[in-house]
Amino acid sequence: MCLGIPMRIVSRDGNDAVAESSSVRKQVRLDLLEGAGVGDYVLIHAGYAIERIDEREALETLDLIRRVYEAGRRDDPA
Amino acid sequence: MMEPRALDGWSSPSAVAAIARAIGAIRIDRPVTLMHVCGTHEHAIARAGIRALLPEGVRLVAGPGCPVCVCPARDVDLAIAAARRQGTVLATFGDMMRVPATEGSLESARADGADVRVVYSPADAVDLARERSGRTVILMAVGFETTAAPIAASLAADPPDNFLVIPSLRLIPPALRFLLDRGAGAIDGFILPGHASVVIGRAGYRFLEEEYRVASVIAGFEPVDVLQGVHSLLSRIAARESGPVMNEYRRVVHEDGNPKAREAIDRCFAPADAAWRGIGVIPLSGLALREPYERRDAVRALGLEAARGAVDVRPGCLCHRVILGEVEPEECALFARTCTPRSPFGPCMVSSEGTCRARYTYRRIAG
Repeated sequence: MCLGIPMRIVSRDGNDAVAESSSVRKQVRLDLLEGAGVGDYVLIHAGYAIERIDEREALETLDLIRRVYEAGRRDDPA
Repeated sequence: MMEPRALDGWSSPSAVAAIARAIGAIRIDRPVTLMHVCGTHEHAIARAGIRALLPEGVRLVAGPGCPVCVCPARDVDLAIAAARRQGTVLATFGDMMRVPATEGSLESARADGADVRVVYSPADAVDLARERSGRTVILMAVGFETTAAPIAASLAADPPDNFLVIPSLRLIPPALRFLLDRGAGAIDGFILPGHASVVIGRAGYRFLEEEYRVASVIAGFEPVDVLQGVHSLLSRIAARESGPVMNEYRRVVHEDGNPKAREAIDRCFAPADAAWRGIGVIPLSGLALREPYERRDAVRALGLEAARGAVDVRPGCLCHRVILGEVEPEECALFARTCTPRSPFGPCMVSSEGTCRARYTYRRIAG
């Protein structure tokens, strides 16, 4: 129910926008997001963008997870 | 590639295996119960078979995190009454269609001729009201903070006068308080719902660290997200400290959440006591329309009345205990026998995010 779908904004006209994910395009609303623009990755819930997805943060976190657990693995005597 | 690179990798098998190994290496000398309160988490956990990756003695239970499951039968009864009125259209999210009311469901009401439409977005319901200016379009407003924000946005964007809602929205923090107040010590850690957290932010849970001192983590919905959340919680529990609420979903959840979404909710709604199906009334856990939006309340505007004696829990159904994490769906005698997704007996078997439904769908994988 609180499902959020990551999509990229491809065009906007006021608070009306078109967003895209894989090959699906959808009409979405931007009422709840300050300053979202074309090219931004956003989280869509019930037809509304509820947040921008911070791509850099996502990559850094993934990278950190990989490094931490892979380091743990090397230290593992088993 | 259409997906951002940042969204890949969160379900990578090697990362999942590495975190599962790290979780297995954490030494805890007692049984531990972790609870999530989010239907999307339950669906993700069941689908990825996460429970099979957890060490013995660690239980991961589903709390009251499926809005469709906790929507009281009375509210579904009201929606059916609204749909049966002459000149009305009842718009609902698809998940609600098969939820058992005291008698029948929105789906059976539609089969009997009531005008019930499934919408994906509140904006679709507003469009329907514009197209059907001679009818009253009533949106069954079910959901948590995540959904309350879009519904508030649709109300604030000056919809036509024939657009009304049946307010049945619920808030997560009061439910967490309720769970902690009733079962002291029963829950060792919370995995907090990622998308409700997008709205309320990490700041919305400060009471967990300040008043209850329970280990808590905001987590996303990919296998790596959920396991990372479990790892963070177990590390804290092993160290016997609760610490600040952790945020492992920083790519979308900020300290203060989404202020614009919270303002939209606050503009249209005020917190009100509200009943949760099978649980009872939780103080200030619902949202009532406030001035000048009160006139959009279909229950008042149309004088809708629910029949007395709404039935939340039908005899034999264990949804009310499943929803509190007290029993597993498999412990219910009706599970997968009398109660199936095709013919749900209790509300937890309806939505793909209901605990019973998710368990049913993925039961071979979950083992």
